[in-house]
Amino acid sequence: MTAPEPILSVRNLSVVFDVARRGAMPWTPKDKLRAVDNISFDLYSGQTLGVVGESGCGKSTLARAIIRMLPAETGQVLWLGQDLLTTTDAAMKEKRRDLQMIFQDPLASLDPRMTIGEIVAEPLKTHLPQMSKKERAAEVRQVLEKVGILPNLINRYPHEFSGGQCQRIGIARALIINPKLIICDEPVSALDVSIQAQVINLLMELQSELGLSLVFIAHDLSVVKHISDRVMVLYLGNIVEFASSEDFYRRPLHPYAQALIASVPVPDPTVPKRPQDELIAGDLPSPINPPSGCVFRTRCRHATDICAEQKPTLDTTNEDHLVACHHWRQINAR
Amino acid sequence: MTLLKVENLSVEFQTNDGAVQAVKDLSFELERGHSLAIVGESGSGKSQTAFSIMGLLAENGRSSGRVLIEGKDILNLSTSELNTYRAEKMAMIFQDPMTSLNPYLRVSEQMVEVLVHHRGMQKWEAMARAITMLDAVRIPEAKNRVHMYPHEFSGGMRQRVMIAMALLCEPELLIADEPTTALDVTVQDQIMSLLGDLQKEFQMSLVLITHDLGVVAQSCEKVLVLYGGQLMEYDDIKPLFASPSHPYTQALLSAIPRLNQGDEELNAIPGDPPNMMNMPKGCPFSPRCAYVAENCRTDRPMVAPSGSGLRACHKPKGEFV
Repeated sequence: MTAPEPILSVRNLSVVFDVARRGAMPWTPKDKLRAVDNISFDLYSGQTLGVVGESGCGKSTLARAIIRMLPAETGQVLWLGQDLLTTTDAAMKEKRRDLQMIFQDPLASLDPRMTIGEIVAEPLKTHLPQMSKKERAAEVRQVLEKVGILPNLINRYPHEFSGGQCQRIGIARALIINPKLIICDEPVSALDVSIQAQVINLLMELQSELGLSLVFIAHDLSVVKHISDRVMVLYLGNIVEFASSEDFYRRPLHPYAQALIASVPVPDPTVPKRPQDELIAGDLPSPINPPSGCVFRTRCRHATDICAEQKPTLDTTNEDHLVACHHWRQINAR
Repeated sequence: MTLLKVENLSVEFQTNDGAVQAVKDLSFELERGHSLAIVGESGSGKSQTAFSIMGLLAENGRSSGRVLIEGKDILNLSTSELNTYRAEKMAMIFQDPMTSLNPYLRVSEQMVEVLVHHRGMQKWEAMARAITMLDAVRIPEAKNRVHMYPHEFSGGMRQRVMIAMALLCEPELLIADEPTTALDVTVQDQIMSLLGDLQKEFQMSLVLITHDLGVVAQSCEKVLVLYGGQLMEYDDIKPLFASPSHPYTQALLSAIPRLNQGDEELNAIPGDPPNMMNMPKGCPFSPRCAYVAENCRTDRPMVAPSGSGLRACHKPKGEFV
């Protein structure tokens, strides 16, 4: 919060997909699916932004749009002041040295026909082709050691490693060209609890050692709490709440965020079960045909007429805490 | 009264690289109307235990020991004999509802089939029963939705359909294999609360298989902790969470990130889950255990009673915590 200039600023970013209707012919107009709807945020150097929400809320789409793996409809992605969405492909390639990504499925994101040494060396080959083989090998060894993989395993193939080790290799591949920002798309969701903790600790260590900024996407609120400085809650492509982690977990304001926190199972049998009516009802509505007004109103206990008519704006409640709800004051006054 | 009794169950798979033992010498019991959670990480043998009870092991799998349902051994029965137990006495729901429902058939056809086959019902009778069942699992507009295909349901609704289908013949034992792992937390919450209600309503016994100790804490009475195919600890839910007596249970509990906890480092368990092809000679957890001693690496600890439960560890209970 003290850093003056954000390293990444996203302004009014929207991503829209064309979706074919049922039984559509090639000439029938496509439906529009707004996966990310007008999202803006800043990320400061060395900080972690946690992005949470249920499946289908646009978390991964947002991540991919930031590094231009998906085309954005409108908006700006300012990386150190320069808009990534309008730069040339050649300039973008240069920028990707600073922006790396790690993925959810650790095994699927590694080429099964390459040894892990080759996999980790590949970014160097792309971005620093002038580097000698020897130097490259030394770099690979160094980065593998950093993530806790014994360098003598360098000639093995991904299938010879466990899920947690594969995720470490994925992290090594992202780290090897010294990026400034790593986008982590559900990096621990596919891992066992005992291994999750290892990977999260590793990411936090690397962050403080190398001064990395992280965008950490997850559906698990307790994991996000651990690693994030700020937390953004998405629902059907919209920001519903955005606050510092401390503030957010102490006092979540949006009814969706509150329900999401309450749904996390507590590993303690002495905590009584919550009554049925406090559970959040129903499923995520179809993003092709989102509810009018507030997107969450169909599942919200506090919804009134105004929620169907007007889309709530993102209000600033106190310094740095944003919430998009017509009734947040009344809900939280009680 | 004991409904399910598992005695010295072992499951072995013949693979191209030799035999793999997925479950080793596992024994436990479940009373009628009670619930048991089987907890473990991937490769702990929790699903294979369930599969061998249901007679669903893969071709190359072989189970030995005894699985008693109401005193009768059902392990390795022929398929036709086993079919009189499946659906009627015991039913199972799976992690991924999309792959366990038939995508080519309407939900109605899949549900009617069960009742016509097992209960000899007329189709119209079976249809009425199917709709009642979908109502019971709280699917809105069950009358219309029964005619839909599985892909027309959302993930949570699909899992409800699975549960409804499993309950059609009112089984006495329901085995739920990671029923909420593929679902969002809000939907997980709904499904777990539904399962709890149905268990009471139908007076079923429930075996819940999961890797998530959080889910267990809210929904089961007893917990069986597996690691590397072997029993580590078995106890009532409260003592197990309050004072876990096995180093693995302790480590697993403290590795869970919690909402009410600060930003300090998480307590990771070092190392990797056991490799089935290459199991440690002694205790399967010994390579990752913080309290490991010499005999842990060479001798397998025996399962012994401890307090209200069982545990398998060389170290006496008092020496941790």
